[in-house]
Amino acid sequence: MEVFVQTFVSGILIGGIYGLIGLGMTLIMGVMKIINLAHGQLMMVAMYITFLMFESLHLDPYFSLLVAMPALFVIGVLLQKYLLNPLLNVDSILPENQVLMTVGIGMVLTEIIRFIFQSDYKSVKTSYSSSAVYLGGISFNVPMIVAFGIALGLTALLFFFLLKTDVGKSVRATAQNRDAALLMGINAQWITVLTYGLGSAFAAAAGSLLLPIFYLFPDIGGPFTLKAFVITILGGMGSTVGAIVGGVVLGVAESMGATYLSMALKDAVGMVIFLLVLIFLPGGLKALTKV
Amino acid sequence: MAFFETQRLTKAFGGLIAVSDLSFKVEKGEIFGLIGPNGSGKTTVFNLINGYYPITSGSILFEGAKLNGLPTWKICKLGIGRTFQIVKPLRRMTVLENVIASAFNHTSHMAEAREKALEVMKFCELDRKGDYPAKGLTIGDRKRLEIARALATGPKLLLLDETMAGLTPQEQLQGVELIRKIRDTGITIVIVEHIMHVIMNICDRILCINYGQEIAKGTPVEVANNKAVIEAYLGKE
Amino acid sequence: MKSINWPTILVIAVLALFPAVVPSDYYRHIFIIALMWVVIGSAWNLLAGYTGQVSFGHAIFFGTGAYTAGLCVTKLEISAWWGMLLGGPVALVVGLLIGWICFRLRGPYFALATIAVGEIFRLIATVWRDFTEGMEGILIIQTFRSKIPYYYLALFLAALCITVIYLVTRSKWGFYFVAIREDQDAAESMGISAFRYKSLSLMISSFFTGLAGAFYMNYMGFIDPQVVFSLHYISIMAILVGIIGGVGTIWGPPVGAFIMVLLQETFRSSFFGLLPKWISEAHILVFGLLVIFVIRYMANGIIGDWSKIQRLWSKDRELLSASGRN
Repeated sequence: MEVFVQTFVSGILIGGIYGLIGLGMTLIMGVMKIINLAHGQLMMVAMYITFLMFESLHLDPYFSLLVAMPALFVIGVLLQKYLLNPLLNVDSILPENQVLMTVGIGMVLTEIIRFIFQSDYKSVKTSYSSSAVYLGGISFNVPMIVAFGIALGLTALLFFFLLKTDVGKSVRATAQNRDAALLMGINAQWITVLTYGLGSAFAAAAGSLLLPIFYLFPDIGGPFTLKAFVITILGGMGSTVGAIVGGVVLGVAESMGATYLSMALKDAVGMVIFLLVLIFLPGGLKALTKV
Repeated sequence: MAFFETQRLTKAFGGLIAVSDLSFKVEKGEIFGLIGPNGSGKTTVFNLINGYYPITSGSILFEGAKLNGLPTWKICKLGIGRTFQIVKPLRRMTVLENVIASAFNHTSHMAEAREKALEVMKFCELDRKGDYPAKGLTIGDRKRLEIARALATGPKLLLLDETMAGLTPQEQLQGVELIRKIRDTGITIVIVEHIMHVIMNICDRILCINYGQEIAKGTPVEVANNKAVIEAYLGKE
Repeated sequence: MKSINWPTILVIAVLALFPAVVPSDYYRHIFIIALMWVVIGSAWNLLAGYTGQVSFGHAIFFGTGAYTAGLCVTKLEISAWWGMLLGGPVALVVGLLIGWICFRLRGPYFALATIAVGEIFRLIATVWRDFTEGMEGILIIQTFRSKIPYYYLALFLAALCITVIYLVTRSKWGFYFVAIREDQDAAESMGISAFRYKSLSLMISSFFTGLAGAFYMNYMGFIDPQVVFSLHYISIMAILVGIIGGVGTIWGPPVGAFIMVLLQETFRSSFFGLLPKWISEAHILVFGLLVIFVIRYMANGIIGDWSKIQRLWSKDRELLSASGRN
């Protein structure tokens, strides 16, 4: 029983951070109707920025959020403006043009990082990296709790932005109906650029928060891209609340898989859930709430 | 046994009833008009007949066989062809290739399909545009292509969804001519149309619906003089 | 018979004479790999380019074919050459199952599902040690020391694959595949069962990809899950081969295959030793940049946009000669 609760708690905590990744992906998916296969790679870049800050300036990873998020926002904006948006006017046989473009972007990001930092594993050792607090026999890893808290805060901020600000409302309108939004005078091009920037920034936040917990290497992006779309499909495409739920569900499922199946099968758990949801519950978990 | 009939056909999208309790019969060889104001459920009826949407309740019978639950392609194989209101040309194929693809419905031989396609294109006066890519056609030719493709599948019943919308008066006249010609080959036609003089001109019988329900049925003259129809289109006095 | 297709005959003649003219095993090896990619790329293209179902999971079929051949040796204790007979059919059956699951989904969701299935296959092959030997992989002793038999086998497979696909695209099936790609709803209303014809397309595609996998096992003598089930080195490479050459064309993937393999080798060998060694690390970077460039400026690949390329070229020359005159 204790093992179960412990597994569950770690699952929830990591799930909060997964939620951030999912939120970024959901924003992009909702507004642009594409799957961003560079999502994990963007997160990886943010992790290296955070790592660099720590190495050179001894900046705490959590403070590096303030650098990594804006940096990735800018990268995201540039990618959308100069590489993704121009494809809207191209008549190509494969409709998944933009998706393929994100594959290319992901490859280039990974290789640039490999060029600069080489392939070896890096990690950030903070004073609190391995400290934990105990509550009734269950241990809570400190960096995970802090990360979870920050993730919650950022999520709240995003919701405030989407629900209360004009720009946020424009983003939601574009996600719901691009053509109608255009007619209402919303500059859809600008909204997509902003959204990709925001999505990247949220991936960056997740990256900075994960750094004290994970080893870092250039190829870490790929698996996280997979996680990102598993979360998004789980939560129901384009649903922000769903993305958080999806993140937590994936976190718990992986954690359970690692404890009760095997470490190696941990990633397969996510994939299997993903397939099942995709096939039997096309609307994601969100669909369950509407009877 | 009617050639084609719907029995208490109903379609609900969540809480919205798009088609409600609709029963009508179409006789072999006639041109049957389906009219109604915007959003009255005409296209939904077509989507139910050709299996694009599942039926909520009621049934559809074609030559005595129940169509309920059959996939779209099987319904086409049984002999019901349709055109789309928003035309769906296969954009990166030529006009000829579009029609050949349809003509494969009852044959697997390229030569036969090609022959059938050329025959249909000639019938629809598209024969000189065979090598044009479908994406470059004018709206009039796209509508013709829709009809040609539906004809090439060898239908007994043809569903025409607003094939005249967006055409010039001259093209409309040619369209009417074409529809009559199709009927003369023995194909039964159900037509949805907004342009009144067209529908009044060519239909043998008309069904008018509003909010998915029947409000009038009869000859063009009867329907045109029906009070409920006039109200539905112009509003109450 | 229509007029003889001289360029095709020329290509076949050059490829048939190549090992006789070029004695180097190194170059023969590069061509063997390129021919193998002609098969995979063309097979992927039938499903993606002609039928419009973009698969991100062709490693599933390649790996299945390769492991079928490998398991012939480790489990059945027969020659890996039996894999050349079994690899295609086994991959085809796997393809049929995957189609049954994934073809409920359209467009990008289909693509995602294929990634997921691909990852599941890779993980199973990694974890199920008793069956697949896990990460240690399968090692067999190759039949021939010379590259020449393998070269002609690869050439035969490539020719077979291209011929079959050429014939398919000119038949009813081919018309149906393209109709589904262009508009699935219109296709259904033309009497085409999208599910059935997508499955047929996938069956042909997975058969040839599996065949290529079985060939790889026989030729290389070693496989492991990280290579043959790799998302990057197989699934995405197949996509790159397709889009760089040009999807929806017969000659696109073959051209793409030679470009990609030659490019890969040029970088891996640091421009055949002419440039400093660190260049060799840049080959995936170059792939990525190439993808971005091609999608941005040549959406239909080198073959698909050939007329566009020619026009640019002639415009450049006109400009040059015009400036020369002034």
